[in-house]
Amino acid sequence: MATTQANDAVAPDEQKLAQLKEFIAQTRQDEHPDSFLIAVLHRAQELYGYLPVPVMDEVAEAMGIPTAHIWGVATFYHYFNLTPPGQHVISICLGTACYVRGAGQILQTLKDELKIDVGQVTEDGLFSLQPARCLGACGLAPVVMIDDKIHGDLTPKKMVQILNQYRKQAKK
Amino acid sequence: MDSNKITITINDQQYKVDPGQTVMQAADKCGYRIPRLCYHPKLSIEGACRVCIVQIEGVRNYVASCAYPVADGMKIYTNTKELRRARRDIVELLLDNHPMDCHTCDRDGNCELQRLAYSMGIRQRHFEGERKHYEKDLSSTSVIRDPDKCILCGRCVRMCSEIQGVHCLTQAHRGFNTVVMPAYNLPFAESVCTACGQCINVCPTASFVEKNYTQDLFEKLNDPDLITVAQVAPSVRAAIGEGFGLPPGRNMEGQIAATLRHMGFNYVFDTQFSADLTIMEEASEFLERVQSKGPLPLITSCSSAWMKYMEQFYPDLIENISTAKSPMSMASAMIKTYFAEKIKVDPKKILSVAFMCCTAKKYEAARPELEVRGMRTTDIVITTRELVWMAKSAGIDFVNIKPEKFDEPLGLSSGAGAIFGVTGGVMEAAIRTAYELYTGETLIDIELNDIRGFKGVKEAKVMLDGQELRLAVAHGLGNAHQVLEMVRKDRSRFHFVEVMGCPGGCIGGGGQPYPLVNSIPLDEECLKLRAQALYGLDREKTIRRSHENPDVQRLYREFLGRPLSEKSHELLHTHYKAKLPRGIVSPELKIV
Repeated sequence: MATTQANDAVAPDEQKLAQLKEFIAQTRQDEHPDSFLIAVLHRAQELYGYLPVPVMDEVAEAMGIPTAHIWGVATFYHYFNLTPPGQHVISICLGTACYVRGAGQILQTLKDELKIDVGQVTEDGLFSLQPARCLGACGLAPVVMIDDKIHGDLTPKKMVQILNQYRKQAKK
Repeated sequence: MDSNKITITINDQQYKVDPGQTVMQAADKCGYRIPRLCYHPKLSIEGACRVCIVQIEGVRNYVASCAYPVADGMKIYTNTKELRRARRDIVELLLDNHPMDCHTCDRDGNCELQRLAYSMGIRQRHFEGERKHYEKDLSSTSVIRDPDKCILCGRCVRMCSEIQGVHCLTQAHRGFNTVVMPAYNLPFAESVCTACGQCINVCPTASFVEKNYTQDLFEKLNDPDLITVAQVAPSVRAAIGEGFGLPPGRNMEGQIAATLRHMGFNYVFDTQFSADLTIMEEASEFLERVQSKGPLPLITSCSSAWMKYMEQFYPDLIENISTAKSPMSMASAMIKTYFAEKIKVDPKKILSVAFMCCTAKKYEAARPELEVRGMRTTDIVITTRELVWMAKSAGIDFVNIKPEKFDEPLGLSSGAGAIFGVTGGVMEAAIRTAYELYTGETLIDIELNDIRGFKGVKEAKVMLDGQELRLAVAHGLGNAHQVLEMVRKDRSRFHFVEVMGCPGGCIGGGGQPYPLVNSIPLDEECLKLRAQALYGLDREKTIRRSHENPDVQRLYREFLGRPLSEKSHELLHTHYKAKLPRGIVSPELKIV
C-alpha cells in the first residue's frame, strides 16, 4: 500500500507567503490561536492550490504547532491537496441525482480520456480530477464543474467535446 | 471518616471509593483489572481501543471505563457474558488487521496484544478481511517502524508528544488507511526523531522495535582476528534480570560480565569507569566556567537522545552544552587508544561493543563528530533487550551463572559512576567531585536528596566556598523543555543543568526489557526498584567519588595528563551543531 509522500520542496512564492503570514498574524489575536489551523491551511491551499511542504513548515513555525500534527490534519481531510493540482480542476458530481442520470459513465469517460484516476493529475498537468458529492445543480444532472464553471446535461460525447475545448485553449 | 467517599457497585458488590476518578481507576483499587490496551496512566486518555468496556446500569451502550467517571450509586458490570463476548470480538477485529506471524515476530512472548488475545480466550480466527500492508521504515540507526503490526492504539504518538515533547509521530490519513508516521511521511532518519526509543517501550506490539545488531555481533565474535571488547552501562545491570523473569531492582553486573565472557568477549569493561572519567572532565569544565565566567549554565551532554533533541530544538544553547563526551564514547575512545597501546594491538583490530539501556546510543555511535583519529570508536551498540535475547540464544544460564568481575584497566568504578543511570545521578556525581576539587575539603553529605526521585524537574542549591550554586535536573525530554525555557528566559537562573532524555534517566531507557507480565511499560515502581539497585551499588562501595577511583587516577598519570589537557580535548571532548529538520516546541507541554 502506498501512502502519500512529502511533495517537492520548492521554495514557496514570497508574495503569497507574506499574505499567508498576515492571515496567521490575525489569528494570533484570538484567545485560542491554535484552533485556526484548519482555517490557515484552507488559506494556504487557496493561495497555492495545494499544501507544499515548505508552506506547512512555515505554518508550523508561525503557529508553534509541530509539523507532525499539521501533517495529521492535512492528510485527514480529503479537501486538502498534497500534490499540485492540474491547471483546471474537474469536479465530477457523484451525488444520487447525477449518478442515476449516468455520472458513472461520465466518470469512466473522464478516466479513459485523461488516463488518470480520481485524485490524480494528467501527465501534461492540464487537468486534475476529483469527486464531488452534490454541486446543487441536480436539475442539470449529470454535472461536472471545471474550475468555477458548471457543465450540465452531460453525455460521454459532450464531455469529450468540453475537454477538447479546454485543450484547444491551452494550446493558444 | 469516609464522608467524601461515594458508593458504587461492581458486579453486585458494594465499594466505597473516591469521587473524581474513572471507572477503571476505581475498579483497579477494588481488586479488578479490566482488560485494556490503549490506556496508559502517564498518557492522556485516548479511548480508542474499546477493550476496557464495561456495562453501567441505565446507560444504553457499553462505555470505555478508562474515560468514564464514577458517580455515587453507579452500578457497574465488568464481566457479563455479553461483555466478555463484545470484548473478545473487539480484540478479534484488531487481530483481523494484524499479521498472523506471532512465532516469527520480534515480540513473540513479550507482546501485549498476544497476551490480551490469550486472556480474551481467542482460540480461533473468525474474521478474515482486507489486511493493510506497508513498507517498514528501516532508515534510522536505532528504531524500526513497521506499520503492519500497528493496531493504532496511539500510545507511541502520545508518548512522543506528551512525555517527550518531540512530536515526531502522528496518525496520518483516516479510517482503514490510518498510519502512524513522522511528518510528511519522512523516513525516521530525516525526521525530528531523537532515537530515544520510548515508542518501543510503550508499543504493545512490534510496530516499533530497535534496529537489531545481534547477528552481526555473533558473527564478529567468531572472527579470530578481532580483539573483542565490551563495556556495560550502569542501567543494564539494574534491569536485565527482568528479561529473565526476575523481579526488578537486582544488580546483575557479575552475571553480565560472566555471560559476556561466555559469549566470547576477550575483555569486559565497565561504562561506570568511564562515567568517573566523564565526571573528571565535566566537573573540571564546570569549575573552569564558574571561575572564568564561561557560558553558564553548563548543561550535561551524556544522553544521546537529548543531544539530538538539543541540536534540533534548542541549537541556541549549544555553547552551554558540556563538550565532554558521554561515558560510552569516552570508554570507546580509551579502548581504541590507551588500551590498544597497552596491549600493543592495532586499534583497527579491536571490536568495541557497548551494551546500553538505550536505542539512541546506536545513533551516537555512528556520529562522525565522535570519531577519534579517523576511527569510529563504538562499533556496535546492543540494548539490554538484545543482550537478554543473545544470552538465551547462546545457551547461557544467565540467572545461575557464577558472577565475575570486570577487567582492568577500564573496569573499576566509584559509586558516583553507578548512579549515572538514574535521573539526578550525573549532577550528584559531578558535585561530589567539583566540590572537593574546588575547595580541597571533603564533602560530608554526599547524597543529594533534593535531586533524587522522579519529580519531572528538580532544583537544588549547594554552597561552594561561599558561592551559591543553583542546580536543575530534568528527565524525559518534555521536562527538559520546561527547564530549557527557564534557561532561555534567564541564563543566570541556574549554574548547572542535568538533562536525561528518558523518563527516570537511563534506567527508563528505550532499550530496557519489556515489562513483566503483571506490569506496564515505564511503571514507576519498577523504575524506583531499578534506581534503588544503582543507589545500593553506590552505598556498598568504599570509593564513592570519581576522583578517588585509582584506575582513573592511573589513566591520567599514564596517558591523559590531567582533566581538560590537550589529549583529553582530542579524545574525550566534542562539539555539536544545529541540525535540520528544526523541531517545533509546542507551548502546551506540561510537567508530568
